[in-house]
Amino acid sequence: MKYAETGFSLEIDLSLGRIEKVASDPSDTELYLGGQGIAAKILFERVPPDVDPFSPDNLLIFSTGLLNGTPAPGANRTVVNTFSPQTNLMSHSLFGGFFGPELKFAGYDRIIIKGKAPDLVYLYIHNDQVEIRDATHLRGKGTTETGELLKKELKDQRVQVAAIGLAGENRVYMASIDHNHASASRGVGVIMGDKRLKAIAVRGTRDLNVARPAELFELAQALHKKIGEGDGNGDWMAVDEDDSFHHNHFAWGNARTRRKGFWREELQERWTKWKYEHMDRQTGCFNCAKKCRNVINWPGRPRFGYKCFGKDTYHMAAFLELDFTYEILGVAQEYGLDSYSTPQVIAFALELLEAGILTDKDFPDMPADSRGRFFYLLEKIVRREGIGDILADSVSQAAKRIGNGAEAFDHNTTKKFEQLPIKLGKLNPAYFLMIATGEKMSITQIEGSFPQDPLPTQEQREAFVAKWEAPPDEKFKKYFLEWKKRDDISDQATCEIVDWNEAMHYIDDSTGLCGFVSSFRGQFGGGVAYHMNNIPQMISLASGMEMDKARLWKTFQRIRTLVRAVNVRRGLRRKDERPPEDHWAVRDEKYEQELLGKYYAFKGWNSEGIPTRQTLEALDLAYVADDLERRGILGAAAPAADSIQQPKGVLQ
Amino acid sequence: MKAGATTRTVKEIRIDIEKCTGCRACEMACSAFHAKPRYSSVNPARSRIRVVADEINDEYVPVRAGNFTRNECDGRHVYQLNAKQYSECSFCRASCPSRDFFIEPDSGLPLKCDMCEDEPPLAEPLCVTVCQPGCLTYEVRQVETEVDALAERETMERGLEALVNQHGIEALIDNVKRLSKGR
Repeated sequence: MKYAETGFSLEIDLSLGRIEKVASDPSDTELYLGGQGIAAKILFERVPPDVDPFSPDNLLIFSTGLLNGTPAPGANRTVVNTFSPQTNLMSHSLFGGFFGPELKFAGYDRIIIKGKAPDLVYLYIHNDQVEIRDATHLRGKGTTETGELLKKELKDQRVQVAAIGLAGENRVYMASIDHNHASASRGVGVIMGDKRLKAIAVRGTRDLNVARPAELFELAQALHKKIGEGDGNGDWMAVDEDDSFHHNHFAWGNARTRRKGFWREELQERWTKWKYEHMDRQTGCFNCAKKCRNVINWPGRPRFGYKCFGKDTYHMAAFLELDFTYEILGVAQEYGLDSYSTPQVIAFALELLEAGILTDKDFPDMPADSRGRFFYLLEKIVRREGIGDILADSVSQAAKRIGNGAEAFDHNTTKKFEQLPIKLGKLNPAYFLMIATGEKMSITQIEGSFPQDPLPTQEQREAFVAKWEAPPDEKFKKYFLEWKKRDDISDQATCEIVDWNEAMHYIDDSTGLCGFVSSFRGQFGGGVAYHMNNIPQMISLASGMEMDKARLWKTFQRIRTLVRAVNVRRGLRRKDERPPEDHWAVRDEKYEQELLGKYYAFKGWNSEGIPTRQTLEALDLAYVADDLERRGILGAAAPAADSIQQPKGVLQ
Repeated sequence: MKAGATTRTVKEIRIDIEKCTGCRACEMACSAFHAKPRYSSVNPARSRIRVVADEINDEYVPVRAGNFTRNECDGRHVYQLNAKQYSECSFCRASCPSRDFFIEPDSGLPLKCDMCEDEPPLAEPLCVTVCQPGCLTYEVRQVETEVDALAERETMERGLEALVNQHGIEALIDNVKRLSKGR
């Protein structure tokens, strides 16, 4: 009997209209767990590096995490992977809600989609009944609107739907895939649209078995209680009305302008009133005690849900207030647009207009006010009309197409992907490494376990460490106790801290755990529910696999190195690993390159950031080394590491 | 307690629908608790509590499985509460042919909530225990009820009359006499 996983994948070929239920290889689960881990292996094996993201041979994979659908609380994230036309690299995307668990209850661990349908279709999955159905009647429908229509059409309110909106249909690079009020961003909606797949509707009524029921349930309930009762988990932005942090410290417009004294008491009162006068409720995801999502019913606009910094991106890009975000977010959500990158693209276009690189002729009949201009450009982008057709390719690609100096305004991307609008003074070594080498494209997808800043007094540091359960090794407690000034920490400690931060995300994205109860949340207060010291037990009780900390750490290293290999094969090299040049005002190129070299060596990668054969073999990835050698990426011609070091287990 | 009075146990699960976040932890826990062996699987379709959730219309109503009924209702109420519309079905506990609620997915047999009083019984239903948002709360109350002497006498008379009709008055008197010996 299978435990925690179902043991089956669903293979869909939209070009041929073929549907297959395929038993998966149990050794894949042992080596890569599930979620993004197994998806990376499938992409490595089945999508050669010269395949264009818009080719029918590109795959779009919806994966459940290994713990989705088990009693483990907060394990509800669905993972979506493909290759992105924006970066030409592997897309990393996740969404919360109920889809992944429902897919497990239907009897599948993942859906692997290839080919392209001749016209819009949707995929209907009800246990063993799987059908590709016509979706031309859903053309142009909003994301949640599509969900509603499908529930009616299928006469089943319990069906879980993931859909694209107009943005995905029109292959807008910033298109998201939306499931109720949860959203998968970072380059996946565009491929779903390219495959002419409007939606997936899934309903499952099968048992998902677990290996050691009583022990698992007890551990799960203890964590469930911990998540619900304390303030160490979940998104505190859902309830904290003081948002001075983002507004005073993050950059406005096209990630350009700091407004240090922006936050004021009367503003907080006004915004709090807007929120509570229009908030229907706060909602949660499957089997999680937190309620991170605020659901807003703004007059005359579609009801929408948001969490975290998603409440600030539109009005900060437009130099407006929260009411503007509330006004536009429901509209943008129905179109299926990512709320992080889209406002930056619009602000970038308006900056080009101001600079004279674009002119009024490019924006016929555009209103004069910021509010009107954002709505105007939103419509142009989702319809790919006029300038919107260029802007729909994201900041980096649009800057190249526009030319005439527009490239200089593409100042906030890394690996051609829009970064959070953060512009600071002095370099932060750990953040330099995370932004430079992260392949999940957003700092929020790599930071999170080690605190962002030191605490001011020794007593505070000692008190913090005394109740800190999360560190995988005592050395991290030592680093924290000795840490007094943000950038005064050894390079070795920096490498180890970045590695731990990264580890947690790779484990979450393979198990389906949410960052707000795991990888992202430990940096704020340290009291996170899941960490390296209890996840191995949870995996073991749920799946029956042998798992301990050392083994889980090696699994992280294996998946992380495989993702690197997937991208290296598509051309990722050291030169691409640069945070935006103005992310910090004060830079030191020599030091940064030294640190980057040390980190590569720490990871067992050569000076170009390519994993060495020795590293790959130690992580059971000899087949990857063989492939990279065949392609001439590794071998005699490959550069050596900056200094000889091989990846170490966390306990060494 | 007054003479002539008795107590009755009333068990209540209170549902504050404003507090429901739609997380369905109750469904997860219920299906795991009733799995054989206990906690060995999760399947919300087997749960005896369902969150009737409609995220887009902000409708969240946890409902516990009640009695089986063979027939659908001939007509339904639509309630308007706080400017939102709720179908009567959203609150209905029946396992009924008009929906796939509270139907065992393999056998098609109806499911019914047992308040987790299986052996050994839990202190409170598990759905309540796992409801962190506090939407479900459990209360056990002892309610005093007056003994209605007249109603009791009528009930006994009806029973005796039936025996007289069946066996005749003499046979009944003989039997009562025999039973009273030695008491």
